[in-house]
Amino acid sequence: MNAATLSFAIVLVAFLLVEVARRLSTRTTMRRRFFRQPAAALGLFILAVFVLLALAAPWVAPYPPSRPLDIVGLQDRPPSLLHPLGTDVYSRDVWSRLVYGARVSLSIGTLAMLVAVSVGALVGALAGYLRSWVDAILMRIVDVGLAVPRIFLLLSCVTLWEAVPLALFVLLIGLTGWFATSRIVRAEVLSLRERDYIRGARALGAGSGRIIVRHVLPNVAAPIFVSAALGIGNVMLLEAGLSFLGLGVQPPTPSWGNMIADGAAHLATAPWTTVFPGLAIALVVMSLHAVADGLRDALDPRREGWT
Amino acid sequence: MIAWLVRRLAAALAIVFAVVTFTFFLMHLAPGQPLLPGAEAPVDPAIVAELRHQFGLDRPLFVQYGKYLTALAHGNFGESFALHRSVADALREAVPNTLVLTATALSIDLLLGFALGIYQATHARRMPDIGLGFVTLFLYSVPTFWLGLVVLLVFGEWLRWFPVGGMVDPALHYALPWIGRAGDRLWHLALPALTLGLVGAAGTARYQRAAMLEVLGQDFVRTARAKGLSERRVVLVHALRNALLSFITLAGLSLPFLLTGAVLVETVFAWPGMGRLAADAVFRRDYPVVMAVTIGASVMVVLGNLLADVLYHVADPRIRVSGG
Repeated sequence: MNAATLSFAIVLVAFLLVEVARRLSTRTTMRRRFFRQPAAALGLFILAVFVLLALAAPWVAPYPPSRPLDIVGLQDRPPSLLHPLGTDVYSRDVWSRLVYGARVSLSIGTLAMLVAVSVGALVGALAGYLRSWVDAILMRIVDVGLAVPRIFLLLSCVTLWEAVPLALFVLLIGLTGWFATSRIVRAEVLSLRERDYIRGARALGAGSGRIIVRHVLPNVAAPIFVSAALGIGNVMLLEAGLSFLGLGVQPPTPSWGNMIADGAAHLATAPWTTVFPGLAIALVVMSLHAVADGLRDALDPRREGWT
Repeated sequence: MIAWLVRRLAAALAIVFAVVTFTFFLMHLAPGQPLLPGAEAPVDPAIVAELRHQFGLDRPLFVQYGKYLTALAHGNFGESFALHRSVADALREAVPNTLVLTATALSIDLLLGFALGIYQATHARRMPDIGLGFVTLFLYSVPTFWLGLVVLLVFGEWLRWFPVGGMVDPALHYALPWIGRAGDRLWHLALPALTLGLVGAAGTARYQRAAMLEVLGQDFVRTARAKGLSERRVVLVHALRNALLSFITLAGLSLPFLLTGAVLVETVFAWPGMGRLAADAVFRRDYPVVMAVTIGASVMVVLGNLLADVLYHVADPRIRVSGG
């Protein structure tokens, strides 16, 4: 995946964030419910900061992310004024790598989530709406998919290719991550399909495809949004893990996962190269969880009260 | 009940069979060339052909599939390409280690998570709940292997309280009496199990808090309070019984999570288990090992879910009466 794709992906992330914020701002009750949780508001703010950092990487990163600066004099230096987060074993500036790594990690998270949520929502809607044999077949596939822990499925896939291109990597993560979403969507659709307005649409002669796209999917938006927010976090954790094993994003391209992996061998002498990217992941995933909680409350009136 | 159990067993078997079939075809339809992992000099094609013949890779796919299934039924996972031993042998060594690690982690996960969740629910929206909520959210959001590295750094490198990896001390272990050996094992188990257990406990606590809050809001709890029972009795006897059901569901759900974590934590702590076996095999393109581990992990997940289902049936009278 080249720089253009990455920039596109990160713009997409920014767009999604703005879209969430816009929707919240036009609907007062929703906004009130969302911002009633300070954690959700803080999470949205932190995400926005990270996306801005990723977008502005060339301007906020003082050094090139992948080129060693001074392999003799600047190896594994602790944080200082010149290098706010220190330097790594190849004398690269950790802050610069972190900022550029944000592009890679956030894009992978978002793109893979989009694949997973699209497939999951579609499969769930088809199974729940059409029922009969379609439902039976799709849900048996989901049963099998959920029985294999995702990382083993990905390890098997990665074994097959010499070096997995980044685009394929993203696709694989997406295609192994839709099972849970489809179950949630299916359950919602099953209860929706007997509603009067769906019957009305059917009586007016609308086909299944039109009903699913126009009437069913928009009404299961809440669980879809929530599993999307959680999905980005899961993908980022998975990407980190696979990159740590050396199977994900290949160096010298920085991702938060392979930064941790680079630092792991020098944990005792230069802990900052490992600690900071891990904290960045934790911060983003925490924010995503907080936003997901807020969205769940804002979009689903039934949950009002007890959380 | 019996009919239900038979149906569930059949479904579990079908799922395992599907996983076996899927991994087999995935592995064999892939573009990569096995038996040539990182060969430096070009290898004589005759030797490659000889090796392919030896491992049966020159046979038609369906013949290989049939042979694989027959062998699996006999507990034979084939020969490892890279380890020069049978996969079953390698698994026999690795699986118990993973089971020890995940079982210890699961105990920490469930006990600590359950206690925290209940404590938080009974103190909901007060300082301890908010503080613990933050800590559990952090642990839940952290990459497991990163937490492992940090724990290793603090307790292994800086404080030197615990060893930095492996299952036993290579020099001392065999010189010790049995009690010392047991201690040595526990000492090595502590950090990896704690890492895995803490991350799991964070998730369990968040789930249990929500489940307990839901139970505490129900009418029978209000009735119990109205009867004049002490708050302690209301929480620990009346509410807890109902919240226990989610405990069973969670135990089943935790297994895939723990197995995933184990792959990475085993690598961090040089723990010779299934996960590390698989991670190493991936680099050597050792198909049979990766397949066997994937299948093994799925079997564990399916068994875990089955067990949780059965326990749930036993524990919840409402299902027994209505579901059947």
